[in-house]
Amino acid sequence: MAGLNKSEFANPVINWIDTRLPIFTMMQKEYGVFPTPKNFNYFWNFGALAMVNLMIMIVTGIFLAMNYQPNTQLAFDSVQHIMRDVNYGWLIRYVHQNGASMFFIVTYIHIFRGLYYGSYKTPRELLWMLGVVILILMMATAFMGYVLPWGQMSYWGATVITNLFSAFPVVGPKIVTLLWGGFSVDNPTLNRFFALHYLLPFVLVGVIFLHVAALHITGSNNPLGIDVKTPQDTLPFHPYYTVKDSVGICVYMIVFAALVFFAPNYLGDPNNFIPANPLVTPADIVPEWYFLPFYAILRSVPNKLLGVCMMFGSLLVMFVLPWLDTSRVRSARFRPIYKWFILLWVVAVIVLGVCGAHKPEGIWVILSRVCTLYYFLHFLVIMPILGKLERPLPLPESISKPVLGGRGGGPMPAGAAAKPMEKA
Amino acid sequence: MGKLRTILAGVFAAGLLAAPVVAEEESAMPNLNWSFDKIFGTYDLAAAQRGFLVYSNVCSNCHSMKLMHYRDLSGIGLEPEQIKAIAAGVTVPQGVDDQGAPKDGPATAASQFKSPFPNDQAARAANGGALPPDLSLIVNAREGGPNYIYGILTGFVPAPSSFKMQDGMYYNKMYPGHQIGMPQPLQDGTVEYTDGTSNSLDQEAHDVVTFLSWAANPELVERKQIGVRVILFLVFMTGITYAVKRKIWSDVH
Repeated sequence: MAGLNKSEFANPVINWIDTRLPIFTMMQKEYGVFPTPKNFNYFWNFGALAMVNLMIMIVTGIFLAMNYQPNTQLAFDSVQHIMRDVNYGWLIRYVHQNGASMFFIVTYIHIFRGLYYGSYKTPRELLWMLGVVILILMMATAFMGYVLPWGQMSYWGATVITNLFSAFPVVGPKIVTLLWGGFSVDNPTLNRFFALHYLLPFVLVGVIFLHVAALHITGSNNPLGIDVKTPQDTLPFHPYYTVKDSVGICVYMIVFAALVFFAPNYLGDPNNFIPANPLVTPADIVPEWYFLPFYAILRSVPNKLLGVCMMFGSLLVMFVLPWLDTSRVRSARFRPIYKWFILLWVVAVIVLGVCGAHKPEGIWVILSRVCTLYYFLHFLVIMPILGKLERPLPLPESISKPVLGGRGGGPMPAGAAAKPMEKA
Repeated sequence: MGKLRTILAGVFAAGLLAAPVVAEEESAMPNLNWSFDKIFGTYDLAAAQRGFLVYSNVCSNCHSMKLMHYRDLSGIGLEPEQIKAIAAGVTVPQGVDDQGAPKDGPATAASQFKSPFPNDQAARAANGGALPPDLSLIVNAREGGPNYIYGILTGFVPAPSSFKMQDGMYYNKMYPGHQIGMPQPLQDGTVEYTDGTSNSLDQEAHDVVTFLSWAANPELVERKQIGVRVILFLVFMTGITYAVKRKIWSDVH
């Protein structure tokens, strides 16, 4: 259906563009006046933080790619060339390297937020599933990025992880050959990983666009987990949440800067300062910290195929979460028993991470088995059963009610929900 | 997580020597005061220059530093004339002559540090099969960093009588497995210092580790200086942004 957009912008240039291509109207609708629950806590900052982080990764990554050589003979030295000879190359590279860690910190907290406050439940199932796709794409991108500096851990990490696919019967070895582009991790592997590492972030941008588009259809969840009922429950996104996100971004930047400037290699592995050598295997091959829980799940099972299936399963189970959780109450705040189970699940994941950093011996094997068992038990057994048995606390009538009650119940100021917007 | 991986401690080098690693109690990591530790720490340039002397006179006989160029030495406070003089004293391959035969010539400031051996095979052949690792990044490439390298340099002690040594190996209390292919490189008085500093083993080891730490992280001083300013700015911004947030949200109840 054709037709010019009736633009409300006063500025003639903006109006002219907006009449023909209503991007300003769209931005105003989706990020200006967009009605947002008024009771977000700071956990709701982490989606915006992840978006900022992705932008930082793409920008620094483009500059790194200008000086990086995806060739096994040159890759390691070209990274050191960036660190030593390129103007502020060390800064760009440390931001990119630690940006990966920050990205996972932010994303894991974002996911926890979704789990704790039940953001995956109807009608946000598809929004959640797109989020799981984003997580998997992020992991693939991070894994391939870690291979690029071509240090010892890059090489041997790539060898171990790609070899996992060989566990699958019939197609396994073929997949591995395809990943390698040959019969071992070598130059073709590095070449295709570089190409894919450059490509996947833009695929991520696309999926994130869908994630945000879906969010703007369902609207945001909130700490109470109840639906928005009246306009009094919401605030326009701008300026309330633009400024609240800005506070979060500042704090996030402080943590990021502390890592980059004062401990840039704290989360790294000393072995990756040694050029890749196919003839020498490091004593202990450890993935980056953000993969450790999954690595622990993989190693907790003595059978390789089963271990690989459990590892992938630990991610794939997230897709069906909306249907495994039978409780109609979203927020764990009103689920007195489930609250403790989900926090226990977080503890299990952290313990799994610690297990993944240690050699699978003695206590670490037992711990990782117990935690792996709980990881799956939580989703596959506790969630479906508890949802039916548990008696949730009474839900508040609306978002604005308990807030008013908490402050002594004064009348709602009329202007609060409809602060006049300053238009361009 | 860096703290969690105690097991990794430099075991990789053992693999390079192709020596069987004997599982035995390793001696405790020394914990020294380094000038470049702490938030405001910088490199002690005099120590780094003495360390360069130690590297040139001793380490460089077996160990390359391929990522370094003579021009980089301005980072430890050497003047351009000094750097030119140092480079001019080194003969390096310089392409081919008119007849196509390889030719040598004096290095310039732009040249890479000269490697002691033309390739890894030659290095192994001259060192009983062991490959002396490149030292450009050695401080970053070992768990424990400067303390570990210092521990190796000062860790040569007589082997316990019960310990079975392989031929051509040396006992080192710091090294994983305790058998290292490198004979003790530094002793009291190995290098003559011109600035009157005591040339004890501890001092020499401390100096060369300062030099190697600089070589591995030449950006460290600038990085920390920028970092302090960035974080001060961000703390300021956080304060302002939070004040604005409070103001904007003041009419919401």
